[in-house]
Amino acid sequence: MGNAFRNKDGKYIDYTQILRFTFDGKIYQGYKGDTLASALLANGVHLLGRSFKYHRPRGIVAAGADEPNALVTVQRDHARTTPNVKATQVELYEGLIAESQNRWPNLRFDVGALNTLISNFIPAGFYYKTFMWPRQAWGKFYEPFIRGVAGLGVAPTEADPDRYSQRFAHCDVLVVGAGRAGLAAAMEAAEKGLRVLICDEQNMFGGSLLSNADVQSTESLLQTMEKLHQYSKVTCLKRTIAFGYFPHNMIGLCERLTEHLPNPAKGDVRERLWQVRARHVILATGALERPLVFPGNDRPGVMLAGAARTYLNRYGVLPGKNIACVVGHDNGYLAALELQQAGATIAVIADVRTKPVGRYIEQARQAGLPIRSGMTVTGTGGYRRVRNISVAPIVNGNIDASDTIRCDTVLMTGGYTPSVHLFSQSRGKLEWKSEQNAYIPSQSTENLSSVGSAAGLAGNDRGVIGALPMTNKSTAFVDWQNDVTVKDIDLATREGFHSIEHIKRYTTSGMATDQGKTSNINTLGIVSNILQKPVPEIGLTTFRMPYTPVSFGIFAGFARGDLFDPVRTTPMHSWAIEQNAVFEDVSLWKRARYFPRNSESMNEAVARECLAVRASCGLFDASTLGKIEVVGPDAAEFLNRMYINAWSKLTVGKCRYGVLCREDGFVMDDGVVGRLATDRFHLTTTTGGAARVLAMMEDYLQTEWQDLQVWLTSTTEQWAVIAVQGPRARDIIAPLISGIDISAHAFPHMSIGEGTIHGITMRLMRVSFTGELGYEINVPADHGRAIWEAIYEAGQAHGITPYGTEAMHVLRAEKGYVIIGQETDGTATPDDVGLSWAIGKAKPDYVGKRALIRQAMQAPTRKQLVGLLTLDDQVVLEEGAQICATAANTPPMQLIGHVTSSYYSATLGRSIALAMVAGGRTCYGKTLYVLMPSAAIPVTLTAPVFYDEKGEQVNG
Amino acid sequence: MLLIKCPYCGERSELEFSYGGQAHIVRPLIPSDITDEALTEYLYHRDNIKGVQAERWRHLHGCGRFFNAVRDTTTDHFQATYKIGEAQPASGAKSDG
Repeated sequence: MGNAFRNKDGKYIDYTQILRFTFDGKIYQGYKGDTLASALLANGVHLLGRSFKYHRPRGIVAAGADEPNALVTVQRDHARTTPNVKATQVELYEGLIAESQNRWPNLRFDVGALNTLISNFIPAGFYYKTFMWPRQAWGKFYEPFIRGVAGLGVAPTEADPDRYSQRFAHCDVLVVGAGRAGLAAAMEAAEKGLRVLICDEQNMFGGSLLSNADVQSTESLLQTMEKLHQYSKVTCLKRTIAFGYFPHNMIGLCERLTEHLPNPAKGDVRERLWQVRARHVILATGALERPLVFPGNDRPGVMLAGAARTYLNRYGVLPGKNIACVVGHDNGYLAALELQQAGATIAVIADVRTKPVGRYIEQARQAGLPIRSGMTVTGTGGYRRVRNISVAPIVNGNIDASDTIRCDTVLMTGGYTPSVHLFSQSRGKLEWKSEQNAYIPSQSTENLSSVGSAAGLAGNDRGVIGALPMTNKSTAFVDWQNDVTVKDIDLATREGFHSIEHIKRYTTSGMATDQGKTSNINTLGIVSNILQKPVPEIGLTTFRMPYTPVSFGIFAGFARGDLFDPVRTTPMHSWAIEQNAVFEDVSLWKRARYFPRNSESMNEAVARECLAVRASCGLFDASTLGKIEVVGPDAAEFLNRMYINAWSKLTVGKCRYGVLCREDGFVMDDGVVGRLATDRFHLTTTTGGAARVLAMMEDYLQTEWQDLQVWLTSTTEQWAVIAVQGPRARDIIAPLISGIDISAHAFPHMSIGEGTIHGITMRLMRVSFTGELGYEINVPADHGRAIWEAIYEAGQAHGITPYGTEAMHVLRAEKGYVIIGQETDGTATPDDVGLSWAIGKAKPDYVGKRALIRQAMQAPTRKQLVGLLTLDDQVVLEEGAQICATAANTPPMQLIGHVTSSYYSATLGRSIALAMVAGGRTCYGKTLYVLMPSAAIPVTLTAPVFYDEKGEQVNG
Repeated sequence: MLLIKCPYCGERSELEFSYGGQAHIVRPLIPSDITDEALTEYLYHRDNIKGVQAERWRHLHGCGRFFNAVRDTTTDHFQATYKIGEAQPASGAKSDG
């Protein structure tokens, strides 16, 4: 079948460029300028899909973004498959491949259509009512079944290979919609010399002008475009949908760049997100045509009258040859006149109004069209295509005997509904105008104006809303896409759903991908009629973004793969890679987790690394630690107020372990603070807490303690930190260091000093997170790798061994050193984790002091840090496992704690664990049970120190 | 996305700012002296106004300064932004939504 329904008068069709495409495997021809919908109609194809719930045959209803039925899958390859696109918005290109949806085995014969036979048994709320009982059946039967039948279209199976970009833009005036009103507004702003951005969702500007038959429309459009292009400050964006209106005149636009091309070049940007900040927004979004609600209004071949005009005038396509029109608005007569002019037969114009008068009606009379007024529709015939329509007069409010009239197309129109989606998204107030049968923009909160039919409808032709008089309500569709009928709405109101918000959710009317563009107002009309309440009293559901579906890709933009998040690496990262380190993510950092040798497993490598630290020396990259330089005459006083510790007596050249609480008394972070001068401190934080700590300190400094003269500088990235830990540490670094006497008596544990190492400036701290003699060497980041290598070289004779975060965790757990965020969870006080010794008790105040003296914060039953030793010393507990006082493993059980850290300790030759247990410190020696998937595992409670309890090694 | 006027830098996109909760909650001079009830009020109780409220913002990815703002939560419109330590400016008509 070749373009049997095409004439040569399509204004925006390039008849010289023939395009071949396939739909459900069959090859068709169209022309440049066609949409998939217009090309299929030109070939006489009306059946495009099956409906969601009943699998009824469905065709094309509209010509644009409001299309509820004609959803197809457009496929380029396995990764570039887009389901649920509206055939009315797919621009035809050579070789386009489209498939229908929601049918099996094929579109013409679909097994799912059996649902139609049982449609009486699938009313509104069917799933809520049916799949309630028995409860056990939910997971086994109901959920798999519902998942099987739910959903429309099939998502692509491979990752999206396309590129998406994002950009910001600023303008004086943003015009949304390039129809008659939008173009006029843009022109006016351009003439004033303003920066203008105008966008339209279609592939060309013009809006409804593109659908008009008259020559003037075309000419004025051409002239306007020519003039507009002369202004350098005007940006025109076609194929660009304004999908969201955000506060302070921020509008989200989605520009489609390659969707219409037969072979987009590799690397081309497919879609671009524009985030536009406009001084003023002009909404020229036009109006959407309203369908009529009558029995059988969903058959393929039933179409909006305005859509038929678009197909005829813009694309040169007749939707049919023998056309019946059901009209509630004068525009239906215009469609009938134009189609008759183009050679179609008008079988009937059934006007649902009693005494229609108007210009087009007069013209239709003069043209001899068969007009019948005061009518309703009692049904339509045909299966895969409408074949007849039954119309009946309303006499004294009753439906009289009906006539059945043969036809191949039914056009319907109920009038127009202003597109107020974006206005409503902007939190503007809408006002119901009964003389227009429409909600129109009223008070706005943003700097915007609505123009053209988006602002309200001209003239006095209000059309009709709601349903036509009918008896058979089960095939009168209100929402085509979600298969909602008048009967469903009827039922919902009878079951007590009277608010439109409830009716929407119960019947799902307006909840499909078209978001009720065609159905919302008719639903309101039907409910208003049933409840005998004026429309404004029914309420109005919220318009939400996006106006039409947009790809997730535009929101991701370039932030995928390696660019998903910034990756932070330390100055020694490249060395660790060369040594085959295995890395782990710690916040944004890549940290070396362990350094496997040969074919070592992680456990083997970690055991070797731990033993090396205890026996000779380990080398560890601690550069990720947060570092803050605290400077100023009041620096010590500031630290006094922030930390739980006392700082005034910390002498220059000394360090102290510091604990930071929030104002509510719970531990927030920890680290080491070293005093370099009376007014200068070097402070470290946890790796993940660096930004948080700095923000908190700035907050207090800027808002509460403006009296203090203190300056904070983040130095995390400035220093590379090399930890040298183990009994041989001093022997290894001593030959490299000058300017500091690092002998045991001159530079004891918790010292800080400045000197040089291998000729490079250095801040040296004698600190230990392993329990061994240890140093943390801070050098400028640029020298990090060189100094690291120098130490590694110098340590070869001593068996120096690089170790990773995993060994670091084991070593510190052997000593019972806590990790903030592992032992603590935001509800632990310093005392809970055994740190009450750090509190400067004589201080009048510090952050969290007041909260810590509340009764509950001192309750003896709080969870406290303890050690756990399994009776079977080779069993390693699971971190996070719950702890119980008894072995009985049957719920309900009282859980008294949980495991926070658990490792196999090579040093001790057994497993160890740290845990938080209620009142745990009073229960050392007691046996408790850790609940693991295999069994309840008996453990002995101990103090949370497993190695060198007297702490002698650290002072070596 | 909000457009926020930093009192030090001028109008910038919300992307540059972090939100800091309700404004004008003053830390007691000597917290140890206050009652449990006053502590609870200070730590946990916050207004949640549908309408005009004063709140803290920080120009985190800009000058780094904290400041206060008066915003109508029903429209997101800022009535004023002002420096820490300054009194809350008298606001326009209170919106009750």
